[in-house]
Amino acid sequence: MKISLQLHNFSRLSARGIEFWRGDRRVLADVSLELEASECLHVVGTNGAGKTTLLRIIAGLLSPERGQVAWGGYDTRSDTDGWRASFSYLGHSDGLKAELTAHENLAFETRLRRPVRDGEVDDALEGVGLKAARNLPAGFLSAGQRRRLAMARVMLAAAPLWMLDEPCTNLDAGGSMLVAGLIGRHLDAGGAAIIAAHQALEIPGHTPRRLELS
Amino acid sequence: MFGAACLAYRRDLLLAFRHWGQVAQPLVFFVIVATLFPLALGPQLAELREIAGGTLWVAALLASLLGVELLFRADHADGTLEQMLLSGQPLAILVLAKGLAHWTVCGLPLVLLAPLVAAGLGAPPAANCTLMLSLALGTGILSALGAIGSALTLGLRRGSLLLGLLVLPLAMPSLIFGARAIDLAIHGDNARGPLLLLSAMLVLSVTLAPPAVAAALRISAE
Repeated sequence: MKISLQLHNFSRLSARGIEFWRGDRRVLADVSLELEASECLHVVGTNGAGKTTLLRIIAGLLSPERGQVAWGGYDTRSDTDGWRASFSYLGHSDGLKAELTAHENLAFETRLRRPVRDGEVDDALEGVGLKAARNLPAGFLSAGQRRRLAMARVMLAAAPLWMLDEPCTNLDAGGSMLVAGLIGRHLDAGGAAIIAAHQALEIPGHTPRRLELS
Repeated sequence: MFGAACLAYRRDLLLAFRHWGQVAQPLVFFVIVATLFPLALGPQLAELREIAGGTLWVAALLASLLGVELLFRADHADGTLEQMLLSGQPLAILVLAKGLAHWTVCGLPLVLLAPLVAAGLGAPPAANCTLMLSLALGTGILSALGAIGSALTLGLRRGSLLLGLLVLPLAMPSLIFGARAIDLAIHGDNARGPLLLLSAMLVLSVTLAPPAVAAALRISAE
């Protein structure tokens, strides 16, 4: 069964009864969640509560011992490539090549998913305040600037679902507000987001739902 | 799909070009290892000629192993491998493109350099064509096998030794036929048989390796 996908065409995401073990330690026990268009889910929990694990399970990078993740009613494992094309993921590492310039990094990662003009990439760079760093190798950027660049990549993918793992790590106050603004705009456009973060999230015009992991 | 493959190929070539010092290392290693043999065995050309095929192949094998270890390591460390897994593009195709890029910067220069090294081992110029063909097919096989090993040992901290233990036994059949082909050519015989067998091995490994590498990468990403 194929999941038909259009940009910003959000289907319902649901996860039911997710259980995950690392060795003999149960990391996640019976976690369920639902996500509709224009909704934001804020995953909270102490260090080691399994926030990253949950995101990686939803993304399909890890397979849970029990439970299933469904997108638009279909199990995401029935069409993994289609499912992967419908979200963009920001993990702990920024996923940038130190040797490539900011522009090359964005252009490559985005073109793997969809055709994009150079101008669009430049607009995204400007949107995250990195216009001046366009032709600098990503290795020359500060940790915060790299995080901004990674957010620009998430934005450019134009996927209906964003999964962000600690998006505000290394960001200054302005950067955090910028990220919150980007998420807000994404939700306004009918997208949805799952965000794992320690800090409270203040997204303009939206109140995130909280999912506590213990 | 092929657009994505071209993109991955071009990116890897660009990356190799940006840190060419790292790319040149296996090549220099190849030359040095092949030079060690005349130094250790003595300079009699007649003797060296007998072992030229084997020497070239063993040196190429070790150099390939050195180069292939880096195939996925940097991508794994900086998170771009994760993004590639999640790009929604068929991973086996991307892996094939990466492998091809790796061969272009690692295998191809080695093949082009081989006649020079072979001349130092007393191989007649008439054998150069067979020699290069044998090594071109061989480095292709080694890139494919090495990619599997590299993907499997990705999560390990000291994977290089294990990589050798995994890949070298698998490379033995191609070593036998590849070195034999060069040997035959050096003695002025027809080397068609071993070369055809090598070609068959290349087709087999290039067809089977990408799905295997893709599966190994998925496991390593967990």
